[in-house]
Amino acid sequence: MRHTISVLVENKFGVLSRISGLFSGRGYNIESLSVNETTDPQVSVMTIVTTGDDWIIEQITKQLNKLIDVIKVVDMTELDHVEREMVLIKVSPRQEDKAEVLRLAEIFRGRVVDSSQKTYTIEITGEEKKIEAIVELLRPMGIKEFVRTGKIAIAREGIKKS
Amino acid sequence: MKITGAEIFIECLKKEGVKHMFGYPGGVVLNIFDRLHDEKDLQLILTRHEQGAVHAADGYARATGKPGVVLVTSGPGATNTVTGIATAYMDSIPMVIFTGQVPTLLIGNDAFQEADIVGITRPCTKHNFLVKDVEDLAQVIKEAFHIAMAGRPGPVLIDLPKDVTTHKAEFVYPESVKLRSYNPTYEGNKYMIKQAAEMVAHAKRPVIVAGGGVVLSGASKELKEFAEYADLPVTMTLMGLGGFPGSHRLSLGMLGMHGTFYANKSIQESDLLIAIGMRFDDRVTGKIDAFAPHAKIIHIDIDPTSIRKNVRVDIPIVGDVKKVLTVLNKVMKEEVKEQWVEVRKAWAKQLDAWRKERPMTYDRDSEVIKPQYVVEKIYELTKGDAIIATEVGQNQMWAAQFFKYDKPRTWLSSGGLGTMGYGFPAAIGAQLAFPNKLVIDIAGDGSIQMNIQELATAVINKLPVKVAILNNRYLGMVRQWQELFFQERYAHTKLDDTVPDFVKIAEAYNAVGLRATKKSEVEPVLKEAFSIKRPVFMDFVTDWHEKVYPMVPAGAAIDNMLFYEETKKSEKKLKAVK
Ligand SMILES: Cc1ncc(C[n+]2csc(CCOP(=O)(O)OP(=O)(O)O)c2C)c(N)n1
Ligand SMILES: [Mg+2]
Repeated sequence: MRHTISVLVENKFGVLSRISGLFSGRGYNIESLSVNETTDPQVSVMTIVTTGDDWIIEQITKQLNKLIDVIKVVDMTELDHVEREMVLIKVSPRQEDKAEVLRLAEIFRGRVVDSSQKTYTIEITGEEKKIEAIVELLRPMGIKEFVRTGKIAIAREGIKKS
Repeated sequence: MKITGAEIFIECLKKEGVKHMFGYPGGVVLNIFDRLHDEKDLQLILTRHEQGAVHAADGYARATGKPGVVLVTSGPGATNTVTGIATAYMDSIPMVIFTGQVPTLLIGNDAFQEADIVGITRPCTKHNFLVKDVEDLAQVIKEAFHIAMAGRPGPVLIDLPKDVTTHKAEFVYPESVKLRSYNPTYEGNKYMIKQAAEMVAHAKRPVIVAGGGVVLSGASKELKEFAEYADLPVTMTLMGLGGFPGSHRLSLGMLGMHGTFYANKSIQESDLLIAIGMRFDDRVTGKIDAFAPHAKIIHIDIDPTSIRKNVRVDIPIVGDVKKVLTVLNKVMKEEVKEQWVEVRKAWAKQLDAWRKERPMTYDRDSEVIKPQYVVEKIYELTKGDAIIATEVGQNQMWAAQFFKYDKPRTWLSSGGLGTMGYGFPAAIGAQLAFPNKLVIDIAGDGSIQMNIQELATAVINKLPVKVAILNNRYLGMVRQWQELFFQERYAHTKLDDTVPDFVKIAEAYNAVGLRATKKSEVEPVLKEAFSIKRPVFMDFVTDWHEKVYPMVPAGAAIDNMLFYEETKKSEKKLKAVK
């Protein structure tokens, strides 16, 4: 099963490679990884999406906790939480599809952040499913390239999933 | 007053109570070496290879319980430490390794003798640091010693750029360390301990499996109390030897691939395993699905990742082994009804039957020197009062099987990594810590050649280490596998004529060399060696054909064993296993 794990780390030299080295060295899988600042400049948060059965996920969280620079590990999947991801999609539609591209962007609450004679670049934020849906819809119109940020996640306040 | 980084380094080590370290000089650490030149209370032992320095510090740490300290130069000096660090990491040995580094401004420039040692050792250290500013040095050293010893111990590396050793700062050594990101759990959960105690009280066929954690946490006394009070048989992993007295009536000896029949059998028939400070290594469990099929498992370990890593556990207890056993003993005595006397009798009877059925054995009548005989003789002559280091291979297994370790920290062997070349420098480290103890490296003719240069270190420092080479002219353990699983095709394991004359080598280094070629010469050679207050190489020319038994073929269940008595028969059985 897929898990989103949030890892608070000391913002120290080499900490990213400690984490990625742990995953590669033990053969765990990383689907996406994002690293960001927090309110405390000495602390960063990493959001890691990984897959594995319960045994593996238990090992991953324990192994992460064991790293000296890791302050806290939260398996978001066990909590009620909000997940978001952003994608930038550059499409180069045929003339007759241009209106449809803009319409789709609007339906998905996207924004056109750049345009040229041949292309539009659209920014979309949302959950993974939404991102995948828009990518699928735009694909036939000619996606030139796209970039995804990877997931970030935050727990909802005060509610524990039963 | 401001002092240089090199001086801060020395002051910090003194504050940590370091008396000895091991190392090798080079360009970027010259400032530190220069400061050490006048030091009386802080002695650096110059080894002849950086790997030797790390193993020596490791042996020092295993024998004393204090962290081993190493100082080497950048680049090749640093990379030469990697095997030693990985060895210590696998066996959870506390060490602090200082490597020189090129000046901060040159880092990343492919400068002369630059190596990214922090990157290289990241996966084989408990933690590592690059110090970029002399202002941070004292704090980093304090943290490094703390991390090396806290929780599950391990090696910590500090990379010191040259300019950091010359820049000046005010020296303030922190009184204590508090890391918000590292707070190991020492106290076991009381509720779980109570549950465990109830289980122990009700078990019909319980077995304790004691690992290296017992030795590391200094819990031998508590373990003995626990085993004796509840009448629990104890088997040990390779790392656990000495954690419980090998000559105790409750001892079953070592378990696993080359464990005793009765230890492995007890596991397979057990209804309760009490795993203490061990991590279910594959050399211990054999085929994991067939391991301890009838047993509930209580697992006590300070490292949460060791628990439920490869076996299911019924009662997990995260905590320091000594602390948990102390509470467990109290609960056993005060809160649990003593009701096991009768059931234990039946179990003890069964264990005795297994002991009689398959005792540890070898051909004791042979005139050719049997390696097991040499180990037994060492045990007999020393009465077990010695520190034994080992190399890796058959020599290591025989040293584990035929010597009974009654005290912790008297058995120094590379368990997790299985590093040939470990034993001799480790013995040197232990001898430095205990100048008056008899320290013996039980070696193979292959392994001893991996760090043989350290004989110079032993001689010059007057460390009277004894090396008993079980010389079978083969990379014996590999040969054993080739004999059993590769139709006796001895690809690159026959050393034969190329084995050097160890007596002459000893003499060339100004040490003593002795040789025994017949059984009757073994005892006189050992006696002579033990009476000489200098390093001695003993060359025991042993039966090359000897194999380590019992043996569980890799991937088989641990009661699927091959036995000495039935070499012929068991080889047939082996074909069936394959
Ligand atoms: C550094 C290293 N290289 C290779 C091995 C693989 N290996 C394990 S045992 C062994 C043979 C050891 O030969 P020797 O020291 O003569 O011991 P014996 O088994 O003959 O007692 C080898 C090559 C190892 N454990 N360590
Ligand atoms: Mg050999």
